[in-house]
Amino acid sequence: MQETFATRLETPAGNGTIIRAEGIEKYYAQPSQNRIQVIAPTDLSIVPGEIVALLGPSGSGKSTMLRMLSGLSQPSAGQVYWHERPIQHAAANVSIVFQSFALFPWLTVLENVEAPLQARGVPASQRRERSLKMLDTVGLDGFEAAYPKELSGGMRQRVGFARALVVEPEVLFMDEPFSALDVLTAENLRSELLELWAKKTMPTQAVFLVTHNIEEAVLLADRIIVLGRNPGHIRTDFKVQLTQPRDRKSEAFTQLVDYIYKVLTRPDIAPAEAPEQQTGRRVRDQRQMRYQMLPHARPGGVAGLLELLVDRGGQEDIYRLADDLAFEIDDLLPIVDAAQLLGFLKVEEGDVALTESGTEFANSEILRQKEIFRDAAEKNVLLLRQIARALEAKSDHTVPEDFFLDMLDEQFSEDECQRQMETAITWGRYAELFDFDASKRRFVLPDLQEEEAAMQEGGE
Amino acid sequence: MRVQNTFGRSLVAVRNWPFFMDLMIAACGLAIFFGMIRIGTYWLSSPMPEAPISHSIRALPLYAFYSIVRIGIAYLLSLVFAVAYGYIAAYNPRVEAWMIAVLDILQSIPVLSFLPGVMLAMMALVPGHQLGIEMGSILLIFTGQVWNMAFSFYASLKSIPREMIEASRIYRYSGWQRFWQLEMPFAAIGLIWNSIVSVAGGWFFLIACEMFPLGNRFFRLPGLGSYLQTAASASPVDMHGLMWGLAVLVLIIVATDQLLWRPLIAWSDKFKFEQVESSTRVSSPLLALIHRSSRLVQLPARIWGTLDEHIYQMLATRSRDISVKPMDENGPGGSRMLQAGLAIFGGLVALWGGTEAYHLIRGVTWLDIRLLFLGAGATFLRVNASLALAAAWTIPVGVMIGFNPKMAKILQPVTQVVASVPATALFPVLLVGLIRLGGGLGIGSIALMLLGTQWYILFNIIAGAMAIPSDLKEAAQLYRFTRWQRWKTLILPGIFPYLITGMVTASGGAWNASIVAEYFHIGHQTLETMGLGAQISAATDSGRFSTLLLATVLMALMVVTVNRLVWRRLYRLAETRYKLEG
Repeated sequence: MQETFATRLETPAGNGTIIRAEGIEKYYAQPSQNRIQVIAPTDLSIVPGEIVALLGPSGSGKSTMLRMLSGLSQPSAGQVYWHERPIQHAAANVSIVFQSFALFPWLTVLENVEAPLQARGVPASQRRERSLKMLDTVGLDGFEAAYPKELSGGMRQRVGFARALVVEPEVLFMDEPFSALDVLTAENLRSELLELWAKKTMPTQAVFLVTHNIEEAVLLADRIIVLGRNPGHIRTDFKVQLTQPRDRKSEAFTQLVDYIYKVLTRPDIAPAEAPEQQTGRRVRDQRQMRYQMLPHARPGGVAGLLELLVDRGGQEDIYRLADDLAFEIDDLLPIVDAAQLLGFLKVEEGDVALTESGTEFANSEILRQKEIFRDAAEKNVLLLRQIARALEAKSDHTVPEDFFLDMLDEQFSEDECQRQMETAITWGRYAELFDFDASKRRFVLPDLQEEEAAMQEGGE
Repeated sequence: MRVQNTFGRSLVAVRNWPFFMDLMIAACGLAIFFGMIRIGTYWLSSPMPEAPISHSIRALPLYAFYSIVRIGIAYLLSLVFAVAYGYIAAYNPRVEAWMIAVLDILQSIPVLSFLPGVMLAMMALVPGHQLGIEMGSILLIFTGQVWNMAFSFYASLKSIPREMIEASRIYRYSGWQRFWQLEMPFAAIGLIWNSIVSVAGGWFFLIACEMFPLGNRFFRLPGLGSYLQTAASASPVDMHGLMWGLAVLVLIIVATDQLLWRPLIAWSDKFKFEQVESSTRVSSPLLALIHRSSRLVQLPARIWGTLDEHIYQMLATRSRDISVKPMDENGPGGSRMLQAGLAIFGGLVALWGGTEAYHLIRGVTWLDIRLLFLGAGATFLRVNASLALAAAWTIPVGVMIGFNPKMAKILQPVTQVVASVPATALFPVLLVGLIRLGGGLGIGSIALMLLGTQWYILFNIIAGAMAIPSDLKEAAQLYRFTRWQRWKTLILPGIFPYLITGMVTASGGAWNASIVAEYFHIGHQTLETMGLGAQISAATDSGRFSTLLLATVLMALMVVTVNRLVWRRLYRLAETRYKLEG
């Protein structure tokens, strides 16, 4: 069905390719010989004349991919080529627009834009001329002497664009450039970017955009790559052939958005038209791992989602749900994942449906909800089960956090271990499976009196 | 590796290096100590400058000038060292842990114990010349003020946001550009605040080390410190001279505050790493004046600009800067050899230090050691008594000032200046008073330690009380908290992190102060009380290096132990449970 608006992309191997990645992967070596694979070996090319959007759930290594392609990060294996020369020896002319803008607060707008030219030894007068012209192009005429902190978020990102474009990069990388902005400002900047690109006002050959906003990708991109996680790998890679300007309300547009949602919400099933280069690759699946990857959602969020679903008859399209809630997919997906992991939800074809326990949960009052959550957590979440068992087994009913961190770090990176532990603590505390003493970094069994007191408080 | 960047003389590093590193570093410290004494004693026979100190008030401006020059040079040295040390530590993961462990130990060692060693060594390097003894005093001041600055710069470098570094990489900044446009601006505010603390610490040591007896000699350097001490030890006591000396000292400190620190703080406001402009700003009339007289500042700026331009052009043409440098680049492969070499060298040095120490200590009797431990206990009690006393009066007063914004605005700068007046300068005056009252040094030394320590606590408590959000205060009022409830649930937890920061600094200061507080020459008599500080001073006086060494090691050990067992834990508690966020 998708073939009506999206066709497969043949791997380009012409002379025109600007950046070509060959079998790049990223892993972190662990002391115990195990290594944590962040990105599986991947081939990817960036050719002139296209805007590429890279989509994927959090933890799929979108930003890591961008940094490897731009030369900011070295692949653990494989090679990135810049015009067929290894990128670390090439004068790669690239820029990045950052999510946090990454402007220097102590430099004026003009000085910020001039700085990259200064690094390239452009003489002062020429530097000034080029910077002023670029500031004019992005609509910041008259703001040269202002400091970034005096500007609004949108204006600041304009400075970010001016700084990126002033070096006339062949490839412009953008790392979620609009996600720190409010909806209207982001929309405005997006259309201006498209205008610059269409009129060839910006001297850029190709744009590589990392985003978690599906609509943004469909709106801007000529080609969309969707990443999956554990480890990060390309799930699908296709061209978007809708004509610009694109209409969000057109059927072709919404169909494409829906298709991407389906791909994103069904990580266990390969997309209907999996590209040839994907077969035979060893992709580590969540189910092969000892510990599940806990989605970083709060129990309150899960409860909220379930209660919302009950109001809507127990079933809903994820896309509509996200839209109605004005949620970004990155904010909604962990909650859906968590509910699914706990057995409260089923996800099928981009639709979510409540299970029996999910319905019971949503219809119960808070104390009963905690009980249901506790049962579901003990049943479905290995880490929580282990913590609870260990606490019961020990005579003093207390276990240090490190004990579990040591086991987790066989499987996750150091940062991820911390996040997994934080999520487990939040869930366990909510479920009253255990308590956690943050100053001693130890799990403790909640004693009965405290538990009663907590229950009374919770009931109020 | 993570270090708290706070306003304090000693900073608490999050410990993640093995214990043997501390031991090795301590042993290397011993080796350096002996190296200095060796050279020093060898050259002791050469002529020694013992400048006569004038009693005349007319000599004061010149003396003040000498002292300022010493402080200034020592400060510049500290700045350069701190930046270089912080830079190397932050960017060389292979040596990082070592370098931070070294800092942590060095900041715990009582600097005044090194006085004889450093002086002898420096005089030996430049024999028969005033320069040697000058260099000695400068080096001593340097060691008193450099550590927290190095810590601060290192911590700043480590906390630069990742995307800022990535921006500097992707736009191919040279090291030069990165230093001036990213690293220095980012570290500026921490560096300036720590400089203020450091220079205050510098005065403390300057006054103590301008005049001191060693063996049967009496060293003097012309300066404010020696002027004050001479006035105090004249018989009868020269009150007139003392008062004048103190007045000049306070004048210098106020002038430094107004002419140097305030403009610097106001100027550094633009380096605040914030997205929104904050409402509270320090104002400086002097800075405004400089800004207005634009022609005055334009000339150096223009000269610098031209020079800078050439450097950028030169760097841009170098070929190795044309590609983007990856963030996770591995270091050069050969440095493992270098590291092994360094480790072997360090081991040999530690071995030598150890055997030397053994030979020196062999002569020490058990009686001496017993005495040392008794002294250590007495000083320990005194330090803690002074801390408790300081906390007892500064907590209510500090909270009162902090809760009253008008009062805080006036009093905060004042306490900052008062905190900068070195306790060592006030000792003679206070001692004269104590003797007249008939009190002994046993109690008196606690008062002397208080002088040096209470201001840091007060200063931090004011800051803490001001940081308690007003909605919490309003909530306490709304629910009609009793006075006790208000203190227990709101005020004490609110100021806790600040209190701990102040106490850590104060505790280190009190141990250092014990060396000058427990043993004092006044007139022709020597006042002395039981204590580790007194033993260090007495050992310095009589040239008993074995006792000096043991006492110093013991003091360093106690400081390190108390830091590890008490302060670091409280610090972590402050960080986790009592942190007011948002």
